[in-house]
Amino acid sequence: MEGLTLEEFGAILVMQGFNGLSYFCVLLLMALGLAIIFGQMGVINMAHGEFLTIGAYATFLLSWLSEHYAPWFMPYYFLLAVLLGFAAAFAVGHLTELALIRHLYRRPLDSLLATWGLALIMQQGFRSLFGAREVSATLPDWLLGSWQPVSGIDIPLNGLFVMALTMLLTAGVLILTYRSRWGLQMRATTQNRVMAGAVGIDTQQVDRFTFALGCGIAGVAGAAFTTIGSTGPTSGSLYIVDTFLVVVFGGAQSMLGTVASAFSIAQASSILEFFMTGSMAKVSVLLTIIVILMMRPEGLFRANVRR
Amino acid sequence: MLEVNGLSVAYGQSEVVHDLSFAVGTGEIVALMGRNGMGKTTTFKALMGILGIRSGSVRVNGQELSASAPHQRVRSGLAYVPQGRMIFPNLTVRENIMTGLQTRACAIPQDVFTLFPVLLEMSQRRGGNLSGGQQQQLAIARALTTNPSVLLLDEPTEGIQPSIIKDLARVLKEIRTLRGLTIVVSEQVLSFALAVADRLLVIERGQIVDEVTAMSGAAERVSRYLSV
Ligand SMILES: Nc1ncnc2c1ncn2[C@@H]1O[C@H](COP(=O)(O)OP(=O)(O)O)[C@@H](O)[C@H]1O
Ligand SMILES: [Mg+2]
Repeated sequence: MEGLTLEEFGAILVMQGFNGLSYFCVLLLMALGLAIIFGQMGVINMAHGEFLTIGAYATFLLSWLSEHYAPWFMPYYFLLAVLLGFAAAFAVGHLTELALIRHLYRRPLDSLLATWGLALIMQQGFRSLFGAREVSATLPDWLLGSWQPVSGIDIPLNGLFVMALTMLLTAGVLILTYRSRWGLQMRATTQNRVMAGAVGIDTQQVDRFTFALGCGIAGVAGAAFTTIGSTGPTSGSLYIVDTFLVVVFGGAQSMLGTVASAFSIAQASSILEFFMTGSMAKVSVLLTIIVILMMRPEGLFRANVRR
Repeated sequence: MLEVNGLSVAYGQSEVVHDLSFAVGTGEIVALMGRNGMGKTTTFKALMGILGIRSGSVRVNGQELSASAPHQRVRSGLAYVPQGRMIFPNLTVRENIMTGLQTRACAIPQDVFTLFPVLLEMSQRRGGNLSGGQQQQLAIARALTTNPSVLLLDEPTEGIQPSIIKDLARVLKEIRTLRGLTIVVSEQVLSFALAVADRLLVIERGQIVDEVTAMSGAAERVSRYLSV
C-alpha cells in the first residue's frame, strides 16, 4: 500500500464503494424477502438463496433464448428477465408455502431443518436441469461499460442499473407494506395472529402471499446477481449466511434497519477486501457485528413502542 | 341472532365448558356473569373459532358456524372484543380500525367516530400508546367496522376507570339501537351488567346455572354467585 497518494486512496475508496453497491443491492433484496417472511410467520427460510438462483437461471434462460432466436430482443431482454425472475420465484414460493411451509408456522427449528432440506433438493434440481457448470447471462450492451464522472474513477453501468432497480423495488415493498390493504393485513397478522383472524383477516392467505412475495424479491435479486457473477446450482446458497447477518444485524422488525445493515455489511466487506484477503475481510466484519450485537441484542434498529 | 347448543370445550383432556346452551335474540343484550375461571373467555373463544370445540353447534342468523375458521365467522356476522382488548400495538388507531374492513373500499363507517370521538382525535397515534379506556373503545370500533350482527365482548370493564365504565354502558346500548345488534357481554361487575343487559346468565364451572331478567331482585340473586 506504500506510495499511495491521498487522491489515489480516495479513488480506490469510491470505486470499491461502488463495487460494494452491487453486492449491497443483492444483499438488500435477499434480506428484505427473508425479513418479511420471518416477521410474518416465524419461518426461517434456508432455501431463500435458491429462490435467488431461480431468478438467476430465469435471466440466463431468457438471455440464451434471445441470443439464439431473437437477437433483436437482446437490448431489452434484461427488463423482461427481472419480471420473469420475480414471477418464477413467486410461483415456486407459492407452491412451497402450500406444500411445506404452512405446516411449519411458529416452529423456527423445524422450519430451519425442513427448508435446509428443500434447499438441497432445489440445488440438485438445478444441477439436473442446467448442469453443474456455471453459466453466464450475456449482458446487453447498454449494461456494459462504465461512467467516468472524474478521471480515475470508473463506475460500472450495470452497478448503477442494479442500484436503481433495488431502490425501486425497495420503495415498492415499503409502499405495499405501509399503504396497501395487504400490507395492513400483513402487519396486523405479524403483531397478533389470533386477533387478526378474529377481525376477519384470512391469515393463511396473507401468509401465502407474503411468502411468495419474499421469494419473488429474491428472484429479482437473482436477476441482479447475473450482472455481477456467473450462475451455478449453489450460487444462491453462498448468499444465505450474509443475508442472515444482515437481518439479524438490522433487527428483524425494522425495514430501515435492514437497509442500513445491508449497506454497512456490503460496504465494509467490499472496502476491506481491497486491503486484506477476502476471508480476513469476512472475519473482521463478522467480529465487528458480534461486538455490536453484544451491545445491542435487538439489532441496530428496534421499534420504539410500548407493548 | 345467536344460538348456542350443547357447546363443550376442552383444553387437552380437561373439559372446562360443558354442554352449554343459550340463545340471544336480535337487538337483545345478554350478560354472561361469572367469577374468574368459570369459563367465560373459553366460551367466547370457542364461539369465535379460536378454540376448537368437542361438540355442539353455534348459529348466527340461522347459519351454522361451528366448523368455520375465525375470519369466516367474522364474515358471517360475528364480531369479538377480547379480554385485554388485543389492540395491534404498532398500528395507528386508524389502521387498527381499518383491519376490520371487509371490503376493498377504505371507508370506516361514520357512526364509529360519532360513537367514539376520541378515536378521531387520536387517529394517527399508535394503538399501543393509548390508555386502557381508549383501547377498549378502539377494540369496539374495530369490531363494529366488520359490520356484525352479533357482538361478543369479554369483560369490557376490566382495568377501566369507573367514570368510563358508565360511558361504556351508554355506548353499548346506543350501538344496539343504532344497528339493531345482538350483544353478549361477559362480566364480573354486576352494576355494569345491570345497566346494559336485558337478561343475565350465570356461568359456574362451565355450565349455566341461573338466568335472570334485569329487574328488581336480579341484583341480589346474581350477586351471591359473584361473591367469593
Ligand atoms: N390455555 C388454557 N389451558 C388450560 N386450561 C385453561 C386455559 N385457559 C383457561 N383454562 C382453564 O379453563 C377454566 C376457564 O377459564 P376462563 O375461560 O379463562 O375463565 P373466565 O374467563 O371465566 O375467567 C379455568 O379453570 C382455567 O384454569
Ligand atoms: Mg376471562
